[in-house]
Parts: sequence; structure tokens; C-alpha cells
Amino acid sequence: MSRVTTDAERNAIQQAFRQKLDEDELLNCMRCGFCLPACPTYIMTKQEAASPRGRIALMKGVYDGTIAYDDDIGRQLDLCLGCRACETACPSGVKYGHLLENARSAINENKRKTLKEKAIRKLTFKDLFPNQKRMRQVTGLVRLYQKSGLKKLAEATGAINILPETLRTMQSILPEIPDAKAMRERPVHLAPIFVDRPSAAETATTHANIATNEEAPINHNAENPVKRVAFFAGCLMDTMFLKTNEATLKLLQLSGCEIFIPPDQACCGALHGHSGEAAGARELAKRNIEAFEKLDCDTIVTNAGGCGAYLIDYAHLLADDPEWSERAARFSSCIKDLSEVLLECGFLEKYHLSLPNQVVTFQDSCHLRNVMQSATAPRRLLQAIDGITYRELKEADVCCGSAGIYNLLHEDMATSLIDRKMVHVQDIMPHVIVTANPGCLLQMKFGIKRRGLESKMEAVHIADLLLKSVSAQMEKRVDSQSFWVMNESRRR
Amino acid sequence: MLDKAFKEKLMAIVGQDNVLDSKENQVAFSYDATPGFQSLPDAVVFPGSTEDVQAIVKLCREMKTPIVPRGSGTNLSAGTCPVQGGIVLSFQRMDQILELDEENLTLTVQPGVVTQKICEYVEARGFFYPPDPSSMKISTIGGNIMENSGGLRGLKYGVTRDYVLGLTVVLANGDILHTGGKLAKDVAGYDLTRLMVGSEGTLGIVTEAILKLVPPPPSKMTILSVYESMDDAAETVSAIIAAKIIPATLEFLDRATIEVVEDYAHVGLPTEAAAILLIEQDGDPEVVKRDIQQIADICRKHGARSVQTAQTAEEAQALLTARRAALSACARKRPTTILEDATVPRSKVADMVKAINRIAEKYQLTICTFGHAGDGNLHPTVLTDVRDQDEMARVEKAFQEIFATAIELGGTITGEHGVGAMKAPYLKWKIGDSGIRTMQAIKTALDPDNLLNPGKLFVPDHANSVGTGNPASAPTQTAERMMKK
Repeated sequence: MSRVTTDAERNAIQQAFRQKLDEDELLNCMRCGFCLPACPTYIMTKQEAASPRGRIALMKGVYDGTIAYDDDIGRQLDLCLGCRACETACPSGVKYGHLLENARSAINENKRKTLKEKAIRKLTFKDLFPNQKRMRQVTGLVRLYQKSGLKKLAEATGAINILPETLRTMQSILPEIPDAKAMRERPVHLAPIFVDRPSAAETATTHANIATNEEAPINHNAENPVKRVAFFAGCLMDTMFLKTNEATLKLLQLSGCEIFIPPDQACCGALHGHSGEAAGARELAKRNIEAFEKLDCDTIVTNAGGCGAYLIDYAHLLADDPEWSERAARFSSCIKDLSEVLLECGFLEKYHLSLPNQVVTFQDSCHLRNVMQSATAPRRLLQAIDGITYRELKEADVCCGSAGIYNLLHEDMATSLIDRKMVHVQDIMPHVIVTANPGCLLQMKFGIKRRGLESKMEAVHIADLLLKSVSAQMEKRVDSQSFWVMNESRRR
Repeated sequence: MLDKAFKEKLMAIVGQDNVLDSKENQVAFSYDATPGFQSLPDAVVFPGSTEDVQAIVKLCREMKTPIVPRGSGTNLSAGTCPVQGGIVLSFQRMDQILELDEENLTLTVQPGVVTQKICEYVEARGFFYPPDPSSMKISTIGGNIMENSGGLRGLKYGVTRDYVLGLTVVLANGDILHTGGKLAKDVAGYDLTRLMVGSEGTLGIVTEAILKLVPPPPSKMTILSVYESMDDAAETVSAIIAAKIIPATLEFLDRATIEVVEDYAHVGLPTEAAAILLIEQDGDPEVVKRDIQQIADICRKHGARSVQTAQTAEEAQALLTARRAALSACARKRPTTILEDATVPRSKVADMVKAINRIAEKYQLTICTFGHAGDGNLHPTVLTDVRDQDEMARVEKAFQEIFATAIELGGTITGEHGVGAMKAPYLKWKIGDSGIRTMQAIKTALDPDNLLNPGKLFVPDHANSVGTGNPASAPTQTAERMMKK
């Protein structure tokens, strides 16, 4: 899609590298190679240039002026999934993700693009993702496609085959899109739900197993929440994966959280940042910081590793902006993943989780694990569910190939990664593959479909599975209306 | 970029996809893990067989082009940096385990197998391959053989050399040489296997190796001994050896190292301690228990504040893994991390630790010291910044003094990292003129055109470098080469 780089562009890119890349960080890589076995593109290609160490050497080469930027280098930096597994592996603590993002932005801002690429970038980064209303409209179109019979028609006639394989399969595994009203009318404030503990005498012998206690009354005591939290809804999560967002909110309520969901929040900007659109990402970051700092909450909950990690990176993104750097740092320090918050609020002590007997495994969201550094919390929650046999997936910490929109841009690499992943999945044959990020969820569904395993297993978001494991008992006692209390909602 | 005709000939040998000479790949193969050394090769070639290597060597000989064999580029003495350009020979395609001979307790491998894969492979089948360099998760067996790598278990089990029984080597004249075999004994002529092991790619190119396996130890125990004083820890080391106990592992970490390692690994190391010893013993359960008991007593007698036993195998593994990351973790503190591996007789470890501290103070440098104390093999690591000319000059002087002290104490300039380009100026200090002449005679006899990994081991007298980028050191040459390209 891109043109061959001209000399003028080369020079401009080198200058931009000098301005944007942190020399200390480049030097901090001492080239020990500990990142190599952690890097998915190195594992697949065995090419040094396709390793974090190699890519940093390329960046440093351009920075130092020892080599001129060329299209091979650009392609190599693009081939990186941005999973940041190298950062977890790196004993020296090199912030590879920041280097990569700054390098991509230096290239993006100084390289002329084809009209087609310009148009696509404008559509995606300026018109679609920053605008939640448009997101709803577009996902609404998908719903129309699913509901009107068009989908069936396309599949039956073979018209669908004009799409490349990844897209073709992707359209078939998208969740059922909620209706427009549901996407529009989102809550802005939710009260905690307390299922009153039985008296001390009743729980003397075992831990408080309140969910199964048929007598325990339920109330919504907004006076004394266990925690006041804000919820980052996300653009895809609040449209295409609305049901998962609802499950997330219910889990937080059940944990005793009072939840604030500022309606003026925006897309996190991860897609922009990872694609070298730093300016667009900064704009979104500022909108989010403004939306959340008005609330008196020291915890902002996310349920998508990709978003959460990018929100944490606001501190870096706005570090050089005197007006915003402190506010960004404060915002970033509040970001926490759902699983961590549930554990903090004593979710496991409050409820007895159970599901019918089944084998469950967990595929890490790279950004949840490597940036938000949360790998044990989701596993602890899953392992606490009665009836499930938890089996650890080999290479669960290796990227599945989804990586935002990477699977659409680098179909070959993404597909070989998911194929490798599915070999490990088939070794343990789980009934459920749990994920904690929408991209991973779709990619795992994609992998299941590619292997023809739809009748044997499914991929679900952790929030959906956890809620199911509580509500098995809760549903006996509470009708869904009173369970799902919406204090306020606002049309957005 | 390669001459077109030359490139086509290389491609005819290994196939089009296995000759890379784009700028991107030249950069990616221009370095190893040694700071301050970088130099672009003309191309990278990926052979698939001994015959490929033979054909490449013959062609390069014709073209008078240097060949630098490379595993995963984790070398710490600039041994795999192509300081004179030429062809980097990467063994990533030759990464097969060829045969496990259960009757002779041997494993035949290609050079590109990652060392950890060997360990896991044999352990899963009830055998044990002891050499475990800290880079084992990344480094290849070919690289380990060429560098004669050590590791954490070296104290009791020895180093790579002790586990190589036979080699297939392509010589500079294109001959294929087979040394040794699946033999417990073999005195047929010179021990060419041992000559090749640790020859740093300067005498021949290994394309296959027969490794010795041993039975796995039935049990092991790991303890962590914590000290308020570095000297106490160092003296404990000498005392343990003097008590005729040989633990499998006896590692030393000073406070600065403990801090950075804990910061990375979060394994619960006591960051306020002055030093720790990480000690592991393996063998029969009763022996292990008795040894560990005795070692713990010695630790306490020499001032250990506490001696803790790892409760589970996972806990022990976590401690050892954390230790393996020590060098890289040091890079957290300052932009440039330069380490040495001066080695002294075991009884002199305490003296050496004291000397390193004195030298650090004298030159106002931050030096983290950790290493295989039981082997007398310490890794004083300077945390510095290549951009600070003044400090780099002091680093150079400090290392010279450390080398001199090690040699005075009966030690050597390198215990396990090799000479490479980095320590070439100091080789003479250790082996003297006759040593240099002998080694050079061997080199000239086997590689008269100096095509195999040139610029390593031997350098003109005026060269001077521990990788600090000072005059006449390799980085200067690099800059020139870089500009030419």
C-alpha cells in the first residue's frame, strides 16, 4: 500500500527518530537476547531482524545515522505485533513498546501515503473510532447484515468468498450485535448490590457461602459501597460486546462496587497509537482524562487488556506536555483490570462459584499480562470455580495473532500464530477458552472455527463466564430485573 | 552488499532465501551481547548441512572473505561481532537433535540447537546434560562449544568442554574433520576435540557434536545465605571448598546486584543485605541433606545473618532463574553495562572481592559483582555510560587493574566468556609471549589466510579495549566500517 521511500523522506524520518526516540532507552538494550524466545515473530521466523533486539538495533541504527531508513526497516517495524512480551522477558527493563510507538509515529508523519491509505486512515482514525455514535452506526450495520438475512444469503450463494479468508471467517464469528436502543441507553451510575451475609452462627463452620444461602436478603445499599469505581466502557466493548460490558458491571455491583460510567468518555486511542497516529491518540487521551478526573474515584476498571494497557500508557503519551503530564500520570495510576478489582473486593469470599463439570483454560491478553502485569488474577478467579478443571495452555503468554487489527493487515503471520496456538489448545482440549480482551476473543473463535472445533469448545470473555458461575445460584432467587439495577441512564 | 557473482554462488549452495544482505539484515547480524562492538557483515548465510558449510568455506577461501560463525549472538567478548566484515554463518537451520544413544549415554546434535532444549530433551528421557550458561534459554550448543561456556553448575560438573566427546568440523581448507567419538577413552593422537572446544570459531566450524550425558541427580536442595558484609560471604565460599564440600552451585551476589535482580524477578531477595550466596547441592538425598547441613553451619559460622532453604523445586528454580538474569538486570541502572569475568583460584575469592571494591572506589565507578564464586569466577560489572568519555577512560583503567590483580592472584582474564575482540589486548598478560606464539602457530597452521573469525584472540599490541570505545579499539574501526558501507 505504501510507496517506496524517497531520499527527502529518509532524512525527515531520521530527524524525527532523533526527536522522538529516547536515546537512554535505546542504549538500555544491552543485546543479551533474553527477549528472543519471548517474541512471537522471532519464534515464527527465526530472523534476528524480526526480534525485539533486532528491531531496537534497527531503530538505533537509524537514530545514530549509521544506516539510512529504508522500506525493509519500515516493514520489519510493522511486522511487530506490539504484544510487548519482550518487556516482560527483559531483565534490563527496556520500554520497547514506547520505542516502537515513537518510531512508527516518526515514520508515519514523514512518509507520504497513497490516496487509498490516506482515505482509510482518515476513515478509521478520525471518523470512526473517536466517535462513539458512528461506532454504534457501523456496528448497527453489522446487526442489519446479521438479522436481515443478508448474512445467510451471502454465505449460501458463495458471495462471501470475495472476502479474504480472515475477514470471511471473522464476519461469521462476530457476536450478535445488540439493537440500537440497547447500545444508546447506557447506564452512567450504578449502585452496589449486597447480598446480606448470614449471621455469624450460620457461617461458623465454613466460609460465607452467601450466594447459595436461600434466605440471604438482597439490598442495594449505596451508602456504603465496598469501593467506588469508574468504568471505562471502550468503543467496541460498548457496542459489539455490550453483553460482556453488562456482565462486567453486574460482577462489580455484586462485589459491592458503586460504579460511575462517565458518558463523555472516548475510545482509548490504542489503535491510533499502535498505527503511528500519535496526535489522534493524544487527543483521545485528553478527552478521557477530562471525563474521568471529574469523578472522585481512585480506580478505573477496564475489561479489555488492550484498552487498559493503553490507558496506563497515557502517562508516557503525554509525558512531554506540561499541562497534561501530571494529570495523565494520575489517570494512569487508577487503571485496573476487572479481575484485580474483583479479587480486591473479596469477590471470591463473597460468592461460591460453580459451573457444570468442564475443562477451562486461559489465553492471556498480551497487554493485560505484559503491560498491566496481571496474569495470576484471572487464573485465580477461574480456578476458584467449582466444577471446572483448569488446564494451563502451553504458550498462553504468546500472542494469538489478533493484536488489534494486525490479523487483518498481516494475515499470514497472524494465521500462523493462531494455528500454532490451536495445536497447543488441542493438546489439552478445553471446553472453554477464556480470554480478557475482545481481539483475543475473536481470534480464538477464529482459531476454533479454522480447526472445525465449534462443536467441542467455545471462547468466552472472563466476565461472561464468571457471571454465569455466580448466577447459576443467583438466578434461582432474583429475577433479572431487580438484579440489574440501573440508577440512572442517559441517552448517548 | 555482496558482489553479485559471489552472492549468486552462495545462493547456488544454500538456496536463494538463505543468503541475506539487505541493510536490515546486515544491522541485525552486526552485534552480539558485548557493549561497544558493532560492525556490519557483508551478508548472512544460513547453511543447512555440513556439505553446505564446506562449500561456503571453499568459496570464501577463493574470495578471501572472512567467515564468522554465529549461534544466537549472546557472546560477551565480541566473539561473534564481524569486526572485519565478511560472511556471518548462522546455524539457525541446523537445529536438530540427531540421536540419543541410551546405551552409550551420548546425544548427537547439530550446532544450532538451543542449549535449554537439549537439557529439557534429555531430562524428559531420564538423562542429564549439566552445562547451564545463564544464556541457555537463548544460546546454542554450537556457540557454547566454540566458547567453552560455563554456567551455574560448573563447580561440581565442569564446563562445556567436559561434555563434548566428538565433533564434526569444517576446516579453513575445506576439509571435513571428525574428532573423538562415542568413547569414554581415546588417546589416538592430539586431542583435537579439546583444541576445537573454546577456539572461538578461529580454527574451524563445528557442524555436529557428540555430547556426553550423565545420570540425573536423584535430589537437590537449594539454600540462600544472607550476609551483612561482603567479606563474610566471600570467606564463606573459601571455607566451604576448604571443608572439602563441592556443591553443584555456589553463586555470589552483592547488594547492587541483589537490588536489580529483585527489581526484575520479584523472588523475594533481601535487598538490604550486603551480599547473598545461592547454594545448591544435588545427589543422593542423604548426602544432599548432610552437605547442606554442613554448608549451612559454615555459613552461620562465617557471619550469615540467615540461612533459608527453598521449600519447593519451583522456589529453587525461581532463585536460579533470577540469578541468570543478573547481568541484564544490571542494565536497569545505567545506560551501559560492561562486565568482565576475571577468575581466580577459589581460595582467593575473598581477596578478589576486596580488590574489586577497592578499585571501584579508586576510579569512582559503580561496580556490581556477582558470579560463580565457587569457581573463583566473578563477574564484576561496571554500570556506566558510553557517552561519558571521562568515565569510560576510568572504566578502562579499572578493568586493567582488575585483570592485573586477577593474574597476580594466580587467576585469568576470562573464566568463561572468551577472549574475542574485547579481551584480545589482554591475552598476552595471561599467557605471555610464548603462549601467544604457540597459539598463533596453531592458528596459522590451520587457517593461514586468517579467514575464520579474524580479529579475535590476537590483535596488534597497541589495541586496547574492554569495549569502552577508546582509541584503537574495535568500536572505532566499526565507525569507519559503518561509514564505508
